[in-house]
Amino acid sequence: MSHPHRTQNIAFFFLLLATLLIVVPVGLIVVIIVQKGLPAINGQFLLDIPRQGMRAGGIFPAIVGTVYLVTGAIIFALPIGLLAAIYLSEYSRENMLTRLIKLAIVNLAGVPSVVYGLFGLALFVVFFKFGASILSGSLTLGIMILPIIITASREALESVPSSFREVSLSLGASKWQTIRHIVLPNAIPGILTGTILGLGRAAGETAPILFTVAAFYLPRLPHSIFDQAMALPYHLYVISTQVPNVDEKTRYGTAFVLLALVLVMNIIAVVIRTKFRKKKKW
Amino acid sequence: MEIWSHEILSVIGPSNSGKTTFLRTLNRLSDLHTAFRMSGAVEMDKRDIREMDVEILRRKIGMVFALPLPLPLSIFENVAYGIRMQGVRNKHELEQRIEEALRQGYLWDEVKDRLDESAFKLSGGQQQRLCIARTLAVQPEVILFDEPCSGLDPVSTAKVEDAMVELKKKYTIVLVTNNVKQAARVGDKTAFFLSGELVELDKTDRIFTAPQDRRTDDYISGKFG
Amino acid sequence: MRKFKEFVIEKLILLCGLASIFFVILIFLFLLKEGLALFKIESPLKFLFGKSWYPISEPPRLGILPLILGSLLVTAGAAVISVPIGVGCAVYIAEVAPLRIREVLKAGIELLAAIPSVVLGFIGMVTLVPLVKNMFHLPTGLTALSGSIMLAFMAMPTIVSIAEDALYSVPKTYKEGAFALGATHWQTIWRVMLPAASSGILAAVMLGIGRVIGETMAVMMITGNAAVIPRSILAPVRTLTATIAAEMGEAVVGSEHYFALFAIGIVLFVISFAINVTADLCLHKKQS
Repeated sequence: MSHPHRTQNIAFFFLLLATLLIVVPVGLIVVIIVQKGLPAINGQFLLDIPRQGMRAGGIFPAIVGTVYLVTGAIIFALPIGLLAAIYLSEYSRENMLTRLIKLAIVNLAGVPSVVYGLFGLALFVVFFKFGASILSGSLTLGIMILPIIITASREALESVPSSFREVSLSLGASKWQTIRHIVLPNAIPGILTGTILGLGRAAGETAPILFTVAAFYLPRLPHSIFDQAMALPYHLYVISTQVPNVDEKTRYGTAFVLLALVLVMNIIAVVIRTKFRKKKKW
Repeated sequence: MEIWSHEILSVIGPSNSGKTTFLRTLNRLSDLHTAFRMSGAVEMDKRDIREMDVEILRRKIGMVFALPLPLPLSIFENVAYGIRMQGVRNKHELEQRIEEALRQGYLWDEVKDRLDESAFKLSGGQQQRLCIARTLAVQPEVILFDEPCSGLDPVSTAKVEDAMVELKKKYTIVLVTNNVKQAARVGDKTAFFLSGELVELDKTDRIFTAPQDRRTDDYISGKFG
Repeated sequence: MRKFKEFVIEKLILLCGLASIFFVILIFLFLLKEGLALFKIESPLKFLFGKSWYPISEPPRLGILPLILGSLLVTAGAAVISVPIGVGCAVYIAEVAPLRIREVLKAGIELLAAIPSVVLGFIGMVTLVPLVKNMFHLPTGLTALSGSIMLAFMAMPTIVSIAEDALYSVPKTYKEGAFALGATHWQTIWRVMLPAASSGILAAVMLGIGRVIGETMAVMMITGNAAVIPRSILAPVRTLTATIAAEMGEAVVGSEHYFALFAIGIVLFVISFAINVTADLCLHKKQS
């Protein structure tokens, strides 16, 4: 009789092992980067331009470039993504068109990031003649994070109980008034979460900006949105593969800043989500 | 069937007999469901409601739902919502109409000092009266009640029923209820629905004392349902 | 006036609703626009099955077979590692783990999904690559194997979260029924839960593999970038994605090399499209 239970114990042991094989390395990665990267962080590293062919100085232009890119991406993607989510949650009916839109979103989310880079190069840099610029990069990143924003916003909108909509309509409000005054305000935490996750994704991606914006070595701040810019993830790539003899501390420091930026955004998103779930009144 | 102004029509019948669907057809809330099909016509003041502007129709025909459903806003904003959506901005006019509506809903004295609190802090009965006040604030001609007391205790139920009888003076009321006795207490006329079909419609005392259809008799005497 | 404003807004909403379809088509069109120009010069067959990739030789030789094989090898390696571990982890989280530990584990998986690929590539370079080099006594640790391990890691969040959802969506009655018949927890998982969730798990695996094929930065940093037909998993390889990322910077706009890189983009787009549509079908089959 003990046989099935022995099998179960062995099986559960392997399941646990599989889980640890994922979770432990994740912890190790974070620990290594924090341990080796944190000592590199100081005012000069964060606020100075890179010097001596990126072997010294700081990473300020890369930080600023990433902030510009991410801001641009969100300015482009949030309105479109939010309206698309409103369409899916409030207006669409179960038909072929809706099915097609959902399929398109899934595909947009699955397109390899380097293909977005190609697309941005062909459309924005070459066809629209924006050149390699913050504008081209932002638009490329914006399209890339569109599915994240649509999916998260749609979930948030759909989680608003339909009874609220009925009450609002029964009081003589129009459909748009109902969306604007009842549905949207109650979906904001979820939309915010999705937006921040999109921001984190845009901040960490390298491949889409390789040919649309990134400057290999540009030790100054960008002047306008038609200017090239450095960006944190690309900078990390450059100093860890393209430039010999970069101090290890600089590499880890850059990795730390990038990781911290992305993780802080994710943590904020998670905090908003959990807080909202607890506070939910219905 | 005809519904006259300033009367209460009670609609009774077992669950899934089409009472609520009937009610939601009257203010076209049924339009929201993709599977909804309607045949025949509903007229208000001799006009087909499908030809009226749906927002104006819903302002004329208010609705109170089965469960108290306050919007996630303050007490004040709950009542103000319908008025605001009509484009009324004047603060003084708003305050006046809200006080009036809350008085009519027998709620003013209980909430006048806490209008800025969340509507969710009210008790169930208070919430339901808030919903009635909210509907009144839009100044409708007809009010639809969809089992308004199904979630309430007897005391709160009595308060809501009193309010309904009082409201009859100014409004036309259609009351859907699971509670046969409630229909007998407040209805001028009563309609009996069964399996999506109107079985009988008559003066309330006739329905309860001398029903024409055997099924009506069986239902009100508790043989089924 | 208000009616007119709302009319405009609702049209705008419809327009944005269609934006995703518009962008997918736009991406495909622009890849075609730039990529198809190659086939005026080179035959598609020679492009797909040509054995050598020397884009800057004179005349350029643009066969992507080594790159396709590189991608396949790395992907296959990653799948072998990530599928059992990922599905196992999903089962553990969904079925075995106590509630509080479950939240911690899920946070860990989300954390992994959030780490930028260039950071993972960097970490792979400084930890995994020397490890592989020393373990197998190789001249370099930049190999397909290193890439596979790193990519397996990156595929896992996708596999775990989707497989976990699939397990959750198995009706509770199945499980209760099995328990009522006296099955152990593991027998229930193995005989009832996994088969019932199989199409969702299949979708999870496919989307994980899709993620691996499309992954660029980490793979470029740790697979060694040798555009030759791989002889073993311990040799350096170069994938389709890494080729685009590494060479587009130097390719002259309008040159054969430029067109060829876009043609690779078409190949990648078609692969990811096929994977996503199939996975979506699997997920929908599960729902109906």
